[in-house]
Amino acid sequence: MARRVVITGVGVLAPGGLGVRDFWSLLSQGRTATRRITRFDPSPFRSQVAAEIDFVPAAHGLDPQESERMGRAAQFGVVAAREALADSGVAQTLAPQRTGVVMGTAGGAVAGLDAAYRSMSDERRLADVDPAHAPPWLYDHFVPSSFATEVAWAVGAEGPSAVIANGCTAGIDAVAHAVELIRENSADVMVAGATDAPITPVVMAAFDAVRATTTHNDEPTTASRPFDDSRDGFVLGEGAAVFVLEELHHARSRGAHVYAEVAGHASRSNAFHMTGLHPEGRELAEAVRAALHEARLDPRDLDYVNAHGSGTKLNDLHETQAYKLALGEHAHRVPVSSVKSMIGHAMGSVGAIEIAASVLAMEHHVVPPTANLHVPGPGCDLDYVPRVAREQRTDAVLTVGSGFGGFQSAMVLTRHDRSAP
Amino acid sequence: MSAGAVITGIGVLAPSGTGVKEFWDTTLIGKNMIGPVTRFDASAHQARLAGEIRGFDPAEHLPVRLVRQTDRMTQLALAAADQALADSGVRLETVPAHQRGVVTAVASGGSEFAQNELRKMGGAGGGHLSAYASFAWFPAVNSGQISVRNDLRGPAGALAGDHAAGLDALGQAGRRIRGGARLIVAGGVDAPVCSWAWAAHLSTGLLSTGRDPERAYLPFDAAARGHVLGEGGALMTVEDETAARARGAHTLYGRIAGHASTLDPRPGSGREPGLRRAAALALADAGCRPADVDVVFADAAGTPRADREEAEAITRLFGLRGVPVTAPKAAIGRLSSGGAPVDVVTALLAMRDGRIPATPQVEPVLTYGLDLVTGRSRTASVRTALVLARGHGGFNAALVLRAVD
Amino acid sequence: MSEHHFTIDDLKRILFEGAGADESAALGGDILDTDFENLGYDSLALLETGGRIEREYGITLDDEVLNDNRTPRALVEAVNDNLRRVAGG
Repeated sequence: MARRVVITGVGVLAPGGLGVRDFWSLLSQGRTATRRITRFDPSPFRSQVAAEIDFVPAAHGLDPQESERMGRAAQFGVVAAREALADSGVAQTLAPQRTGVVMGTAGGAVAGLDAAYRSMSDERRLADVDPAHAPPWLYDHFVPSSFATEVAWAVGAEGPSAVIANGCTAGIDAVAHAVELIRENSADVMVAGATDAPITPVVMAAFDAVRATTTHNDEPTTASRPFDDSRDGFVLGEGAAVFVLEELHHARSRGAHVYAEVAGHASRSNAFHMTGLHPEGRELAEAVRAALHEARLDPRDLDYVNAHGSGTKLNDLHETQAYKLALGEHAHRVPVSSVKSMIGHAMGSVGAIEIAASVLAMEHHVVPPTANLHVPGPGCDLDYVPRVAREQRTDAVLTVGSGFGGFQSAMVLTRHDRSAP
Repeated sequence: MSAGAVITGIGVLAPSGTGVKEFWDTTLIGKNMIGPVTRFDASAHQARLAGEIRGFDPAEHLPVRLVRQTDRMTQLALAAADQALADSGVRLETVPAHQRGVVTAVASGGSEFAQNELRKMGGAGGGHLSAYASFAWFPAVNSGQISVRNDLRGPAGALAGDHAAGLDALGQAGRRIRGGARLIVAGGVDAPVCSWAWAAHLSTGLLSTGRDPERAYLPFDAAARGHVLGEGGALMTVEDETAARARGAHTLYGRIAGHASTLDPRPGSGREPGLRRAAALALADAGCRPADVDVVFADAAGTPRADREEAEAITRLFGLRGVPVTAPKAAIGRLSSGGAPVDVVTALLAMRDGRIPATPQVEPVLTYGLDLVTGRSRTASVRTALVLARGHGGFNAALVLRAVD
Repeated sequence: MSEHHFTIDDLKRILFEGAGADESAALGGDILDTDFENLGYDSLALLETGGRIEREYGITLDDEVLNDNRTPRALVEAVNDNLRRVAGG
């Protein structure tokens, strides 16, 4: 019999607040967490806006030694994992060898690496770095796989563990990988999600060079404008979301609260361009179709589409086109919104953060809005839930991701107790 | 229903050779390919030996447009993917577009590209980076570029798990085939021979600081003192067996029969590391017993502690001197995320030719209780091979390969 | 400020350094009015080229300059317009 996988714990660290409660309050009220960058002087950069987290490691019980070894992204991951574990109540019954960890990331520990590089290159003067100035944690930051290790150590997992490094679809794909591991009986419980902390000068400069980020520097709180006519690029974000995933009977037998079932997932590549998008949205549409197929849902069953909605000219059209291809007429009826309008684009981790948004939309029967949407751009003609959240029955959600490298992913979340189709 | 995942094509670029023939010839004679680092000035580093790929000119393999926007890691990977697809003889256009994909292992990303871009940061402009900086060093770059170059429009992914992820990538390919994909390009290629990646690896304290190329990397030897780092890796064409047979694939190198991964308990727990469990789970996944295994390709980390742990895992599963064990990587070094896929290639060729290559230069510690193949290659029927890999942070992976009748 | 003038040869050099050229040596012939796309330079190659021009000549090119000027002749003219504005302003 097929093993079904459900979400029983949620942990979120996102801009605008700490923890699930703050996160949902921001989204449901349609507030934005984007601002002029404070972590460094952004004035030399083309884009100077980001959605930052005001995060103090010590406030989360991380001692200085741990904090240094982990770096910001791993810290986010560990804090979100602890919240998810506490939320699920599974800790007491956890069998370490049947519990694994999958973390997603796009960029790894980029901030720590840049700091290490500076000190090892004599402030970027040396062509080859001097190993004598290597910090003791250098390798932990060099390999993003350390994110899975840190989370596993934090929750006591010894089962199958990996880091999925699929760029900006990593969050969705990491959760999907964890689901596969439970379905195939390699584990009963997986702690899975994604983390990224890309708000650093080097990442700002890299996106400046491809003109992918916004230049609405004078209006930082409304700079992220998915689907709006005035959109001109994404706003960088940061954060983590981690989930406790369980085999359904495992969850039921301990009386766990079940948020949602991960009913379907698929990923496709447009094999077209490393940074560009195929205008027809063909592969994203195919990923959506395949995810619905796995979930045994008809497009009409979807109550909400949690969009990638990055706010670049290209993406929002590509995505709109893909929904029309994959969902047909229902694309015009189902609400489609982008929480990146409020929390920015946290790279690989955003897919996990958006799964959290989707799960919470189901929990509260409230669809979060697309903030800052006043005049939809040409070709953006779906119901994007402008500015104000909407109360509505929400039992089945599609969430999607799209990233550099051409990766396109889609995941379908449903109520686990829905009647069999 | 899929009949399983078979490997139909091999692409390998390693210090011991680029291409299957050169690689296998060199591996069989056990020629040492470790030498002084030449790709950068390593005189400031304690470790100065490497397994380098000599004479690889990316412009011979790739359009110059692509060379400009890629790290060496990606250039090697694109060449390996080309080999793997050509070797399989598959005509990609006959495979449905969304059923052909790619999964690669990655340790960190394009380190040399990263190093060059990091150097451009600072100053009044904040740093004028290349337009390629936004993807050329990110961990998914090899999968992305392989997908774009070969029009692989199915699932694509990148797995990080330090040295162990290469086996996870092949395990994932098997999973994708079971999930309905027809063809997956899978494996890993790495290029850590630049001062930035070198310093990072050196900081683990696990690199050998030996100066004698013949004696610097001696896994399972009493003189073991760490490993030598190398570059390269392997990518393979993995296909659904039914589909591969239907198209008349000329070589079915072997079947991905079982895979498992585990994580070590947190350091200081005093409990057994996870390697034995990974191997046992992979065997169970393959539906075979330890007695079915004809050879074990060891991770061979080359520190006394890691060697002892691995030997204990192997002997607890197979008994004392219960199975031939080998680590031909002693001649080329550990290739980071590319190393385990090269071991898989070696295992497949051992199956094909009935010869187990030796672990060169090594005299094993007797108390480890391993039947380590040393000196010359050993003639043996190889129907089932177990490949082991471990990575920094406690990652363990095991892959079972079986011959295809 | 000394008078900068951006020529087709400057553009060819920068295109080659940043994005390379095909074996066909397309850059050798008369390319002034050939679309960049047809010369094999995609959006990414043009972003790289634009970045290099900005860096070398100390100017800022708006997105429209790279989006709207689809041939070498048009781009060279647009860069020279920009240089004149910088010199004049």
